Amino acid sequence: MAATETATAKGTTRSGRIVRAVTHGPLSIFLLIVAILWLVPTFGLLVASFRTAADNNATGWWTALTQPAELTLEPYRNLLGDEEMVRSFVNTVLITIPAATLVVLVAALAAYAFAWIRFPGRDWLFIVVVGLLVVPLQIALIPVARLYNVLGLFGSIPGVVLFHLAFGLPFAIFLLRNFFVGIPHELLEAARMDGASEWRIFGRVVMPLALPAIASLLIFQFLWVWNDLLVALVFAGSESQPLTVTIREQLRSFGSNIDIIAPGAFLQLLVPLIVFFAFQRYFVQGLLAGSTK
Amino acid sequence: MSGTSRDEGILRDEPAATDTAPREEGPVVATAGAAAPETGPGPPPRRRPRISLVAVLFLLPALVVLGALVVYPIFFSIGRSLFDRAGDAFVGLDNYGEIFQSSATLTALKNNLIWVAFAPAIVTSLGLMYAVMTERVRWGTAFKVLIFMPMAISFLSAGVTWRLIYEENPDLGLANAAARGIVGVFRPPGEYPGARPSDEDVLAPAGQGYATSETFSPGDSSTLGLVAIPPDEVPADSVAAVQPPAPDGGISGTVWLDFTTGGGGESGVIDPTESGLPGVEVQALRGDDVVASATSAPNGTFVLTDLPEGSYRLALAESNFREPFGGVSWLGPTLVTPSIIVSYVWIWAGFAMVVIGAGLAAIPRDVLEAARVEGANEWQVFRRVTVPLLAPVLAVVLVTLVINVLKVFDLVLVIAPGSAQRSANVIALQMWKTGFGARDFGLGSALAVFLLLLVIPAMLFNIRRLRAEEG
Repeated sequence: MAATETATAKGTTRSGRIVRAVTHGPLSIFLLIVAILWLVPTFGLLVASFRTAADNNATGWWTALTQPAELTLEPYRNLLGDEEMVRSFVNTVLITIPAATLVVLVAALAAYAFAWIRFPGRDWLFIVVVGLLVVPLQIALIPVARLYNVLGLFGSIPGVVLFHLAFGLPFAIFLLRNFFVGIPHELLEAARMDGASEWRIFGRVVMPLALPAIASLLIFQFLWVWNDLLVALVFAGSESQPLTVTIREQLRSFGSNIDIIAPGAFLQLLVPLIVFFAFQRYFVQGLLAGSTK
Repeated sequence: MSGTSRDEGILRDEPAATDTAPREEGPVVATAGAAAPETGPGPPPRRRPRISLVAVLFLLPALVVLGALVVYPIFFSIGRSLFDRAGDAFVGLDNYGEIFQSSATLTALKNNLIWVAFAPAIVTSLGLMYAVMTERVRWGTAFKVLIFMPMAISFLSAGVTWRLIYEENPDLGLANAAARGIVGVFRPPGEYPGARPSDEDVLAPAGQGYATSETFSPGDSSTLGLVAIPPDEVPADSVAAVQPPAPDGGISGTVWLDFTTGGGGESGVIDPTESGLPGVEVQALRGDDVVASATSAPNGTFVLTDLPEGSYRLALAESNFREPFGGVSWLGPTLVTPSIIVSYVWIWAGFAMVVIGAGLAAIPRDVLEAARVEGANEWQVFRRVTVPLLAPVLAVVLVTLVINVLKVFDLVLVIAPGSAQRSANVIALQMWKTGFGARDFGLGSALAVFLLLLVIPAMLFNIRRLRAEEG
């Protein structure tokens, strides 16, 4: 992250070093407290997910810290034995993977056209895409529900995927187009001189160069779709609903279902967390490239 | 646009490129390239259609999807919002009028206003604070990762997490457990919550405590009986109550549980098996002023000493009867929106911190150094140099958050319990409930269009920013 470079740059000046030395103690302690505060909610969910409903309804999760015997794998065993939960987990994967890859593919093609092909109305069209960046997806719920009814997509996984594709596109096109225009044009011209077609340049020159941007986008869309509740709530059926919808259904009786809600929610956030820690750098890059959605 | 000169290059090179294009490389381009020179009359029109065909093919999938699922729905929703719930009758702007009349939507509007007024500002300030602070500690990167982590978590899981925290019972919810710890320091719970006098003629309610009706002078004794204390709440060190000790120039007395287990005791009299109540704070009142106080012993006795001549009323202080901290209703009707905003801040502070941190890294160090050399202290540097230089970044963060907050949905749906959903309502939630719960597509569409109208300023902001960047 950028802070590392900054800190190094800062350390090179005397006053910078002094300032850091002076502020090091109390500031560090303050930030440590903040860090702990920030970690506690997730940690609490983790601990609660390893306790039975009876324990969770009698005492707070922190009692398990002094009585580790309370911790049990039973909630997770029950979760994995719950057919609906397992099916929703599979559905989440079946929705997320195609939605994320399709967005990248379709957006990359469009972004290439916006960046490298001159055609009438291009600037105007791109402004429309930028305008669509902030359109709330609520505007499309009712019309698309009607459309899906006609097309027979309502309540199906492809329907959910298609909707995610549509609302992921403006951001994806924006991000990739901005990356594409930064590619040195000599590279493209050289390819054209060699007689490569636009398709070839797109596939062999631009896409490989854009891998970092594509990685950020892929991660972004993955998290976006994996974490979605609203779209699935509207468009998924009982057979095609993802984990978020299934867990949400349990919330009505929060206390008595806590032994399924807590591990379910933790499982739901575990995958994004792994993705986040594995690809943190790309995640941050994507965020910085287009913080408008 | 910045790409213009390069694009001219594309145009010039195009014929050569297509002539030598290998056959298998997409016949579309080859055909287009071959056909255009013969059919086009002049240079500009001849080039244009040919290039456009490639562009169209690249753009087609995106434009079809965007057109069918984003652009068309916008117009459809605008039209649909002018019709009634079933779509049969044209009602003009009635649905929009309904937004400003029905109590459910008015609550939603009010809450969205609270959200917009507080959430983005709090998130941005925290983000700014963290970004500046992390620059000065060695483990800044680790800190950033930690704060940023909730961004990867779904609103659903974050919501579940915070619902656990906000449990009203202090034994279950971390927020109330912490609150109980803090409240306990300043207002410790009383030893005998719920206890009341055995005889209201002796002890009458006074504020949250009790005071005697008659007055006592030094040398007098009193018996103060209490009831309604469950046996298991009598302190373990309690022993059998005894008659008041000799006043010894003060006022003495006994506070005891005026209740014989199994019955048989006489009210107002200290029966042999009845327990003394230790730890009760007894006060001597002159008028309404506390002149002296004493704490009862295990057998319930107390002596108030050092009293000047005169007559006093005895009082059992409020602190004896204070209920233990029962927990704040974080998710009750009044606090539910602020509570959900806190969880939102937890999620988004990392976003603000990272974006602002990147802006901070781009500030030339010598500008800051120059200010320091001029004698500015750290706060002045921050306030007069860093923040103004960061203004564009802060604006982007704020606008992004405002758009995001206007659309807030999942967090409210997940955190607000059923009973508080009405109080926590927001426009996006109300839209979903109206459109897909109540199946009122007319009002639902109007709410969606209203939401769209609210983000239009942000849309213009983005477009202007784009134009400024592209020059």
